[in-house]
Amino acid sequence: MSIFVDTSTRLCIQGITGRDGSFHARQMMEYGTPVVAGVTPGKGGQRFDDSIPVFDTVAEAVQETEANASVIYVPPGLAAGAIYEAADAGIGLIVCITEGIPVLKLTKLMPFLRERGTRLVGPNCPGVITPGVAKVGIIPGNICAPGRVGLVSRSGTLTYEVVNHLTRHGMGQSTCVGIGGDPIIGTNFIDCLRAFEDDPATDAIVIIGEIGGTDEQNAAQFVTDQVSKPVVGFIAGQTAPKGRRMGHAGAIISGSSGTAAEKMAAFEAAGIGVMKRPAEVVTLLEAKL
Amino acid sequence: MNLHEYQARGLFQAAGIPMLDGDVASTPAEAEEVARQLGGEVVVKAQVHAGGRGKAGGVKLAATPAEAAEWAEKILALTIKDLPVTKVLVVPAAAIASETYVGLIMDRESQRPVFMVSAAGGVDIEEVAATTPEKITRLAVDPRYGLLPHQAMGLAFTLYQDFKQVRAAAKIMGQLYHAFVDNGASLAEINPLVATSSGEILALDAKVVLDDNEVGRRPDLAVLRDESAEDPSEVAARRADLSFIKLHGNVGCVVNGAGLAMATMDLVKYYGGEPANFLDIGGSSNPEKVVNALRIITADRDVKAILFNIFGGITRTDDVANGIVAATKEFKVEVPIVIRLTGTNEEEAIEILEGVGMPALNDMDEAVQRVVKTAQEAA
Repeated sequence: MSIFVDTSTRLCIQGITGRDGSFHARQMMEYGTPVVAGVTPGKGGQRFDDSIPVFDTVAEAVQETEANASVIYVPPGLAAGAIYEAADAGIGLIVCITEGIPVLKLTKLMPFLRERGTRLVGPNCPGVITPGVAKVGIIPGNICAPGRVGLVSRSGTLTYEVVNHLTRHGMGQSTCVGIGGDPIIGTNFIDCLRAFEDDPATDAIVIIGEIGGTDEQNAAQFVTDQVSKPVVGFIAGQTAPKGRRMGHAGAIISGSSGTAAEKMAAFEAAGIGVMKRPAEVVTLLEAKL
Repeated sequence: MNLHEYQARGLFQAAGIPMLDGDVASTPAEAEEVARQLGGEVVVKAQVHAGGRGKAGGVKLAATPAEAAEWAEKILALTIKDLPVTKVLVVPAAAIASETYVGLIMDRESQRPVFMVSAAGGVDIEEVAATTPEKITRLAVDPRYGLLPHQAMGLAFTLYQDFKQVRAAAKIMGQLYHAFVDNGASLAEINPLVATSSGEILALDAKVVLDDNEVGRRPDLAVLRDESAEDPSEVAARRADLSFIKLHGNVGCVVNGAGLAMATMDLVKYYGGEPANFLDIGGSSNPEKVVNALRIITADRDVKAILFNIFGGITRTDDVANGIVAATKEFKVEVPIVIRLTGTNEEEAIEILEGVGMPALNDMDEAVQRVVKTAQEAA
């Protein structure tokens, strides 16, 4: 078992013929991900690398290949449209890697997804990987290993740093989810915590947050109320100045709210083991398991 | 992206929001001329991306054009929260009967634009929200339908009793919502919205923050960027497509990915150092980006040592290594560099760096400890 991505995943890649899309399509296929279709409007009927059928629309891809998940590598101006299209075609899991979608577009998109019961991961995220089974997105497969630690993060490369420590110390992962660095995202910490709590293949959870917003504080409350499994956490941005956007659109301390100190205190209060530095993930988890 | 008050006024006026006339000035003479054209008492306001302008002496009342020029001269010499004042706004002084607050923000939690209005206006609304939250009325707008007429009226009724004023305020709410949506704002605020002694409802101040993702796609918004209000190193970084924020320490940081960049700064601090900057070179980093990053960081005389922390995923570590080598050939890097890299193509990267006598470390903690020590020894 795992969360969101498993052996039943049948993946469609939107933007498969583009520069990023084609590169990562090959990486996902090499990893063993069941890629069943690609979509690039105007290139329907082609085959990607002589194997994967390319369609003009997601609806056709679903009809012909029974794709049930989609990953999006299209430019920011087209990405919101690509998400609408996938949801309309009945795709259940949409992972949007694209960075730079205007927030206002996302506010209109979210109710559309809710009405259809579609899960969106991202945008502006590295995706989801269930080690040894499938990867949907850009998380490097070689640093992950199958195992029983679930990981959820707002970051990309910081996730790799933490996963790398886990793998090197023999702690494999059930699933790693990068939820994205934007202020408005489809899947938040609580969605992932709930899924990991319910997943029999996950024994412990790592949560990697950062400055900005209240998602980590809400996650801490959820852990107090509904999570029985051990949780350890990290917050990036302890040295970040107020009022400045730290790379991610959502990583900004507004006024005096959304600081790392506030989030770490919320973690502490919820009994979450707080890492002072990424390498501590191993010792903190060992202590809890 | 933060806008200046005079720029935000422009967006509000275009949306029809009633405001007093006024104009921006860059010199005392210009301020005097604006004051003369307006006639009567005027307010001279510093145009700077910082709160607390009044307390810093950046907002002054002037009875005559000559006095406006005097205040403009003093205000234009000010530095407020490290930011030099280069422009002032000159507007007529209004006869104020009451002040209220109207704000619209992109709310992360409800994932909607949310109005916040309060009869307690003219003050720090964060303070009101923290101490007396019951004085603020909140309303989340469904962006698919926009602000509905009854919602606007409902908000306005919490601010005014006089029905004419309620109607005027409701109209302004609708106009503010349009200004917000049409310009891709993440915040649009009128503080204060005033009733004048003659009963008119006017927006006396204007504050707008734009969504950076929107600015990137809209040339009409991009021209509002005031590069004189930014640190020159940050302007250079943006032109080189680097995400960079200058800080005050002496350890320069070059990292791929925003989360890892923040965690790297934090670790520098953890081991007793002070980061000189936040810098994310992004995902598909070509060697040229690394050269630009090094150029910008080494221009900061406070930097005593530089740390590269690269976790290769999409980023190829050999690209970064080639960038470091190219930079050291293009210009002399005077300060020591500590390199940590791991991930995609790390064998190639290590070989490239060893070829020029630059060792690379594999562990983040070890690299940060070393760079902190190096910076301390050089300081």
